[in-house]
Amino acid sequence: MLLEIKDLHASIEGKEILKGINLSVNEGEIHAIMGPNGSGKSTLAQVLAGREEYKVTKGEVFFKGKNLLDLAPEDRAREGIFLAFQYPVEIPGVSNTNMLKTAVNEIRKYRGEEEYDAMEFLQMIKSKMKLVELEQALLSRAVNEGYSGGEKKRNEIFQMAVLEPKLAILDETDSGLDIDALRIVANGVNMLKSPDNATIVVTHYQRLLNYIVPDFVHVLYKGRIVKSGGKELALELEEKGYDFIKDDSGVFV
Amino acid sequence: MIQKNEINEWYVSIFDDFERNLNGESKSPIHQLRKKAINDFSQLNFPTNKDEEWRFTNISPLLKHKFNLAINAPYVDKEEVDRFRFNGMQCSFMVFVNGFFSEELSNINSIKDKITIKSISTAIKENNIQIQKHFNKYVDSSAQIFTALSTAYIMDGAFIYVPENIIIEEPIHILFLSSSKEDKILSHPRNLVITEKNSQLLIIEHYAGLDNSTYFTNAVTEISVGENAVVHHTKIQEESKSSFHIARMETVQGRNSCFTSNMISLGGEITRNDFNTRFNSTGGESELNGLFLIDNSQLFDAHTLIDHASPNCNSHELYRGILDGKSRGVFNGKVIVRRDAQKTNAFQENNNIILSDEALVDTKPQLEIFADDVKCSHGATVGQLDNEALFYLKSRGIGEEKSRDILIHAFASDVVRRIKIDKIKDHIENILTEKFNN
Repeated sequence: MLLEIKDLHASIEGKEILKGINLSVNEGEIHAIMGPNGSGKSTLAQVLAGREEYKVTKGEVFFKGKNLLDLAPEDRAREGIFLAFQYPVEIPGVSNTNMLKTAVNEIRKYRGEEEYDAMEFLQMIKSKMKLVELEQALLSRAVNEGYSGGEKKRNEIFQMAVLEPKLAILDETDSGLDIDALRIVANGVNMLKSPDNATIVVTHYQRLLNYIVPDFVHVLYKGRIVKSGGKELALELEEKGYDFIKDDSGVFV
Repeated sequence: MIQKNEINEWYVSIFDDFERNLNGESKSPIHQLRKKAINDFSQLNFPTNKDEEWRFTNISPLLKHKFNLAINAPYVDKEEVDRFRFNGMQCSFMVFVNGFFSEELSNINSIKDKITIKSISTAIKENNIQIQKHFNKYVDSSAQIFTALSTAYIMDGAFIYVPENIIIEEPIHILFLSSSKEDKILSHPRNLVITEKNSQLLIIEHYAGLDNSTYFTNAVTEISVGENAVVHHTKIQEESKSSFHIARMETVQGRNSCFTSNMISLGGEITRNDFNTRFNSTGGESELNGLFLIDNSQLFDAHTLIDHASPNCNSHELYRGILDGKSRGVFNGKVIVRRDAQKTNAFQENNNIILSDEALVDTKPQLEIFADDVKCSHGATVGQLDNEALFYLKSRGIGEEKSRDILIHAFASDVVRRIKIDKIKDHIENILTEKFNN
């Protein structure tokens, strides 16, 4: 098993957001986590990536058998977790290329692999750029600074392609994208899919799942997964709206 | 503790000895200037926090010391000096040790035929016409106590005169090295740079400590930028952490002239820079940028004044501070737009990053506008490293230390990238990496 979440509780500023999440993800699987606004989807993504502002108050998370909650954010990334941010952060003065080169080499160092030199690195990222149809010019620009919404999201997927994570968590990567950008993003994710890695797609809309087909769909509501199923669950949600969840599982209302 | 007036008296009392050692010069016009300056000095008081211009900078630690004038320079060999050169940069090179010009360590042969470049003491002795015309004309020894002290004890510094139409592309690196042995010493680097019409010059004013001793550098630089002339000035201060550095730079700009100054400072115990530039005629451009990096109990104070005394001039100013420990930073940037200075463009910004809980910045941007058709803006920020950005970098597998280093470099880079010479940029980048990577 790649990721195992057991009874995870997390809070921010004293307010409990996650109230007992249980989830198992195996290699080769795509999981979609859906749910209405404020249900805790992004919190789950951030907690897995190691955001310090969130306090885990109860529960356990194992990643490749290791206690994930013991690891610093950078070590989680080095172990193979990648978070595509809902709101990618602008970092003036730091070029995309430099950030990625540093990241790749820090990860390689951690894994005991030899660092890339400038040539090797450039060759590697060139092939990845094609994957998300990223313009060369974006590489030398400061990270996310002045990017359009679509460029920011494509840049996240580009970084994911470069870092080759074992587990990618896409936090509402589809929000605000036009259909072309959505296809590019989904295409990137599908091409990177392998029997060795897994993806958690956090989304508010079923639309993305027309392009990235999940093996499992989970509905998060008020900090708990209240329903799990196959890809047909997403369609049901689309049709009936989130209200049907409330009726179906009155305890959580 | 030594009383303040006692310190004043101390610097007056050493004048007699100084005068005796000048042999033969005492009748010269320059010595009359010295005598007037020591007289002015004795009438002035060292500033306290009650003086508006010194509100945030308490110089009492400086006034605890009775500094002596350096009598001669300690021996410094070439290898030692090479430490302070910019890794193979082609340049003309002037070296001063404890204020004394060192001919054997300097190399100014390649430009000697095109411009006048020599130690200012030589120029003074020769009664150079430009000295008569410009020296001490852009500063005010009768009102500025540290300038009065500088003029009273004027010894050495760089004198550069660039005639009309002469373009000097190779930078001139002026290095001031200091070190105190038994006596705590005081030196008065005094520079005069005159550029005539259509000329161009690139100078680096570089202050460095040979060790961690306590000394006092009281520097004054006067620069006249001629009509349509271009002067790029860089100041680098990497001195002993227990040194005191008080400096004034006064620039006057002619018609359509361009002046840029980039100041990079690692501070001392107390550092105060007064950088002023004035547009004497229309069409001028001026850029004043600065970056200071301080920690422990260092104090750094940048006072700048851009005087738009003529119309159609542009000024751009960016000062950034990075503060750690219990350090204190001051930025006081004044822009005056005078009544006739229509069509002025003036932009000023000061940003500071505080890395610790105890560091402090006082920032005071001031715009005084008397003309009505101008475009001016100013802004100041004080903050910490962006936590969102820090987490973003870490989530990509970059360690905490390295992530902080990347963000600090990025913050500094807006100033550093304005420096025209790559070798100097590299030098500054190395300083940054060394400072924040331990």
